Amino acid sequence: MDELLAPVKALLGPAFPLVWTMVKIVGILAPLMLCVAYLTFWERKVIGWMQVRIGPNRVGPWGLLQPIADGIKLFLKEIVFPTKADKPLFVIAPIMALAPALAVWAVVPFSDGWVLANIDAGVLFVLAIGSVGVYGVIIAGWASNSKYPFLGAMRAAAQMVSYEVSMGLALITVLMVSNSLNLTAIVNGQAEGRFADMGLSVFSWNWLPLLPMFVVYLISGVAETNRAPFDVVEGESEIVAGHMVEYSGMAFALFFLAEYANMILVAAMTSLFFLGGWLSPVGFIPDGFHWFALKMSAILFFFLWIRATFPRYRYDQVMRLGWKVFVPLTLVWILVVGVWMMSPLTIWN
Amino acid sequence: MLENYFPILLFILVGLGFGCAPILLGRIVAPHKPDSEKLSPFECGFEPFEDARMKFDVRYYLIAIIFIIFDLEIAFLFPWASIFQEIVNTPAVKLFGFIEMFVFIGILVLGYIYAWAKGALDWE
Repeated sequence: MDELLAPVKALLGPAFPLVWTMVKIVGILAPLMLCVAYLTFWERKVIGWMQVRIGPNRVGPWGLLQPIADGIKLFLKEIVFPTKADKPLFVIAPIMALAPALAVWAVVPFSDGWVLANIDAGVLFVLAIGSVGVYGVIIAGWASNSKYPFLGAMRAAAQMVSYEVSMGLALITVLMVSNSLNLTAIVNGQAEGRFADMGLSVFSWNWLPLLPMFVVYLISGVAETNRAPFDVVEGESEIVAGHMVEYSGMAFALFFLAEYANMILVAAMTSLFFLGGWLSPVGFIPDGFHWFALKMSAILFFFLWIRATFPRYRYDQVMRLGWKVFVPLTLVWILVVGVWMMSPLTIWN
Repeated sequence: MLENYFPILLFILVGLGFGCAPILLGRIVAPHKPDSEKLSPFECGFEPFEDARMKFDVRYYLIAIIFIIFDLEIAFLFPWASIFQEIVNTPAVKLFGFIEMFVFIGILVLGYIYAWAKGALDWE
């Protein structure tokens, strides 16, 4: 690889790191956008099959070009700027929703060493930038100056910050057993243990010893991205689409992209923190990116599955689950993991 | 050390650009024929009555405050959690490092129980 790049390096001189980083960024963003597009297609197909329909099947073979047709349609639709809206904020909001959902991917390791920025504060960065997304929602609701967006944004902001608390507390236990804030180190830490030595690395991943936290993190992730059954924010039948009501065309498309990019992100984070990232579940099959992709796909399928299965929660139920179930559970489990690690029975040393 | 963060800065800028570009392009490519009905706030077909800048439930505000407290707590727990194994492996600070943090969490839990008892977490 280095030899191949040598002439390019000589040609670009000092600008090389900049250009090379840009190439890598495009190399992450382009497949990510493709995944987002086909996740929307896959969602419609899966939910269609679960409801004994066939889903989109008209555009291209098996409907495969449907997301592209949707994209072109949104692209050619007028972007309406309501008279009463606060124009600058109205434009900033969708950008604020999308930019952080993309920026977090800078620290996601796709395989051992395949990471754009291998920083030691990776988990902190993920939490910090991930939290910025809520600004996009609340700014959109405020800037629209209309009742449904306002109500939706208030709900969304309260829900997102509530579940951020339980996600953060669940991550504390992961950090306690991983001894690092570096995402690559967290995954590599899961490759060690009694079961991993026996060639069954799947039982050494964090999901087993931290099972309640895995469940809390996954469900909080669904709530954090405002997906069904926690989609009270959008609630088509009560507040029509929440903060997105006044948006149209590409401005609406950005919110849409942000939601699906966030879903993929939560799936990636869950597989890194709890499911051993790119590690192979059994010793005799090599590790690699395909495992990471497979785990993410499984979690994303789970997201779609619960959307097709469960009815929407009531708002007070959503808040009760976050504050009165998850927060005490995570706090207790931090104590349990602490005592476990202090005791002679510890499996992490 | 700091150059590790340069790709991140670049990625954030690309992310922002990626957000701006579709809106700009959409503004240029898509039609633009505003009329007063189209630009009025959406309210399921009714004429909007009252201002949208209305009173809202104080509980949202309470949730925001409680969130700040818990988020700070998490921020304090992070450095402790990321070196907890070293604390456990150092006999001199083993028990101290463990108890001290749980005293800290205990104080927070007291506040949490108070907020619960006062009904700050209720939505009925």
